Amino acid sequence: MRELTDRALDTAASLGATYADVRIVRRLEESIAVKSGRVEGVASGETEGLGVRVLVDGAWGFASSDQLTTAEADRIAGQAVRIARASATALRNRVQLDDRAPALGRYETPVLEDPFSIPLERKIGDLLAADTAAGSVKGVAFTESSYGAQREWKTFADSAGSFIEQVITHVGAGVETNAIEGNEHQRRSYPDAGGGWRAAGYEFIRGLELSGHAGPYAEEAVALLSAPQCPPGRRTIVLDPSQLYLQIHESCGHPTELDRVFGTEASYAGTSFLTTDKLEEGFRYGSDLVDIVADATTPGGMGTFGWDDEGVAAQAVPLVKNGIFVGYLSSRETAPRIGRLSGGAMRADGWNRIPLIRMTNINLLPKPGMSLDEIVADTDDGLYLSSNRSWSIDDRRLNFQFATEVAYEIKGGKKGRLLKNPTYTGITYDFWRSCDAVGDERSYVMLGTPNCGKGEPGQTGHVGHAVSGARFRDVQVGVGKW
Amino acid sequence: MVTERDPADRLALADQVLRLAERAGATEAEVMVTAGDSALTRFANSEIHQNVAETGTSLNLRFAIGKRIGVASSGRRDADGLRRLVETAAAIAGSVEELGDWSGLPTADAGHSGGQRAEARAAGTADATPEFRAEGARAVIAEADAKGVVAYGSFATTEETIVVANSRGIRSVEVRTNSQLLTVSMSPDGGTGYAEAVATDATTIDPAAIGREAADKARATDRATGLDPGDYPVVLEPYAVVDIMDMLGYVGFSALAVQEGRSFYERGKRIGSDLVTVVDDATDPAGLPMAFDYEGVAKRPITLVDAGACVDVVYDSQTAARDGVRSTGHGLPAPNPYGPFPLNMVMAPGSASREELIGGLARGLLVTRFHYTNVIHPKLAIITGMTRDGTFLVEDGQIVAPVRNLRFTQSYLDALAGVEAVGRERRTLRGFLGAVVVPSVRIASWTFTGATEH
Ligand SMILES: [Zn+2]
Repeated sequence: MRELTDRALDTAASLGATYADVRIVRRLEESIAVKSGRVEGVASGETEGLGVRVLVDGAWGFASSDQLTTAEADRIAGQAVRIARASATALRNRVQLDDRAPALGRYETPVLEDPFSIPLERKIGDLLAADTAAGSVKGVAFTESSYGAQREWKTFADSAGSFIEQVITHVGAGVETNAIEGNEHQRRSYPDAGGGWRAAGYEFIRGLELSGHAGPYAEEAVALLSAPQCPPGRRTIVLDPSQLYLQIHESCGHPTELDRVFGTEASYAGTSFLTTDKLEEGFRYGSDLVDIVADATTPGGMGTFGWDDEGVAAQAVPLVKNGIFVGYLSSRETAPRIGRLSGGAMRADGWNRIPLIRMTNINLLPKPGMSLDEIVADTDDGLYLSSNRSWSIDDRRLNFQFATEVAYEIKGGKKGRLLKNPTYTGITYDFWRSCDAVGDERSYVMLGTPNCGKGEPGQTGHVGHAVSGARFRDVQVGVGKW
Repeated sequence: MVTERDPADRLALADQVLRLAERAGATEAEVMVTAGDSALTRFANSEIHQNVAETGTSLNLRFAIGKRIGVASSGRRDADGLRRLVETAAAIAGSVEELGDWSGLPTADAGHSGGQRAEARAAGTADATPEFRAEGARAVIAEADAKGVVAYGSFATTEETIVVANSRGIRSVEVRTNSQLLTVSMSPDGGTGYAEAVATDATTIDPAAIGREAADKARATDRATGLDPGDYPVVLEPYAVVDIMDMLGYVGFSALAVQEGRSFYERGKRIGSDLVTVVDDATDPAGLPMAFDYEGVAKRPITLVDAGACVDVVYDSQTAARDGVRSTGHGLPAPNPYGPFPLNMVMAPGSASREELIGGLARGLLVTRFHYTNVIHPKLAIITGMTRDGTFLVEDGQIVAPVRNLRFTQSYLDALAGVEAVGRERRTLRGFLGAVVVPSVRIASWTFTGATEH
């Protein structure tokens, strides 16, 4: 590896690059898809390549290839420099990186049971058992169960002398049950819509106990077909972690990405309402109970690593403290523009993509006091919403609308009957300011998504969210006419 | 090293893997090779800030032992990499249960061999340089400068060779190119505007025209004011109509969605007004043409909606076998639990000019595009999303003011039923996975359910 990284860096420097970094990434993936008791797809994939990023005349260039030879390293470094020179023809501000000592070291995701060493038959068997448990419930239309594992071997080197090796492993699995009658299509997912995901080994999958939980969730999917429609109105809502994590992702994670704030995603995903003047003024993002941190060191999170893809060490960066907006997800290029150092949030989707500012683990810290169950017991009249079904938010991350798979009516502190097709909507800061209870450690759990999209060409990110559940007052529930 | 651009080399590679698979005990095998060079120049704040290129080859092997199927993919094509690819796929096929209704890989007589649609590749895209893309970016930026707005966007060029070869005689080879230029203009007075062009040949895209369209729209939306949500008639520009095509393709026009009972589709069911005709047509040179799908099967034009009534849905080989019909050439790469997808939806043009479309609104909204849409109710195709980059109030047939963006919660089926007029001009735009050719439309009623601050 050293030979290749040295070669690419030397070539870039000799052609005029003032900064260069090179990443060599090998990625192994395995997936199992089961539908209604039959194994529809088992796939294994492997990719390997190198990407070279350079600064020439203050402008960026990047090129990548799947051929790991010194000749190709030369060609790619040369192509990156030529691209950077083309960038320089439309440049208004030269890129400046923050000052930083070279990074050296090695990091590996702690894994107890290597998911790639477990026999395929066993992994298929575990998933089939869960899928069958769901499918055997009367009234189920179809079931979809999935398993996935990904491992990356990443080598990073830069022209300042950094050299880092990392091995990152992520696994996930879940069971989705669908019930259909007439125009009504209901779904329940265990443990989460899209599956439960962690930076871990197969021990996490076993711990989910999929086949033990799939049946009761399937029964709920069927029961939803005859449940009453969730009525519209201004309501108190309690969000289960399986919905709250995505609320944090969309309404705090994305708008605190500093590249969005500076407009570099404007042509695709949009910008952010959390402009830098709001950082200076101490903008009230939420109620006093709202503490949100971007923490790349949380055990088990899919945003956990040793160093980001610019060689910046993993760290915990407060985003919202006692409800006040205090920080951003940032990079070596963006952080100096607000007088800070990079918070270490640059992550690339493989060898053929540049790093972008991405979420790490965006966690809503638990609050001592009430457990999630006690929050329900403390609620006289409200709704308990679980498992995301649909999400949408505007291009500055203010107006959102979410649908969940299920609502449970809360009356007199007790969870009662099921209600179908719940949705809720609001404006980000109004919503977070209406938060009047956050669950304590007892329900604090690491969730996440392997499907966070950003950038052109598109990149998919794996991010984590640790949450305990929370209550919000006076929220608009329901908008539809069906 | 220069990329091995010769499609014959790719076919030889596919044949080599097929032979290895057969030697490893495959009763049937399919190899897909995708090899390409793609590059994208991205600009923001009226300067190029990201500029990337990629060279890569990927192999996808579907390996069958009787009715047991394994799929493996790899970016490696050295001898050791190929051996591992075959071993992995064989091991998976050896571990899974039989697919009871597996009907086998598509055969050459039902498929297509050696196809190259001439319109699928353009040298203007294949030979595009970083300097060419930078020039396009500068042309967009110059238009923005002229209007005192700021340009954001991207200019992408891709050349890709697709080879699908299988043990039942399919040998499909095609080189395809595509290019996309898009821009969002943002004005210091709050306005934003969008424009986009997609073409097989990057040299046919006029960056200055795209830049001008977005910059003019950004200026036209300066100092937008709030409007109460509610039901309004709308004119949707092609950028918004794309989303209706994509979403209906996703929730309804796939044979798998019908087979699983989750589609709105029934043959003959009326879902649109008489003015709505939609065909999936990969032969239409107005789109991004392609000769065959990811199973190597020739693409057939499929009428999805004819004068408002549902006609056909699209099939891959597996869903086709289940219904006892032939694949229509709409398979995605294996393994594919999502089913077939219409990649090339084309909506028939109408006769209305832009002025006539807008002129028919007594009091309504002109919507440039949608943002972040998502399904709320799949069988009724109820979708929520936001407007973005150019929303205007129209009164007595005249644009009277820009308005802040609104959230909608709307059945796209009801929308098609409410189509009152269809534009005669169409645009080629990027869809979920392929390219879509669409006009503007006027719709009798659209339900807006919320508002935002910009
Ligand atoms: Zn995301």
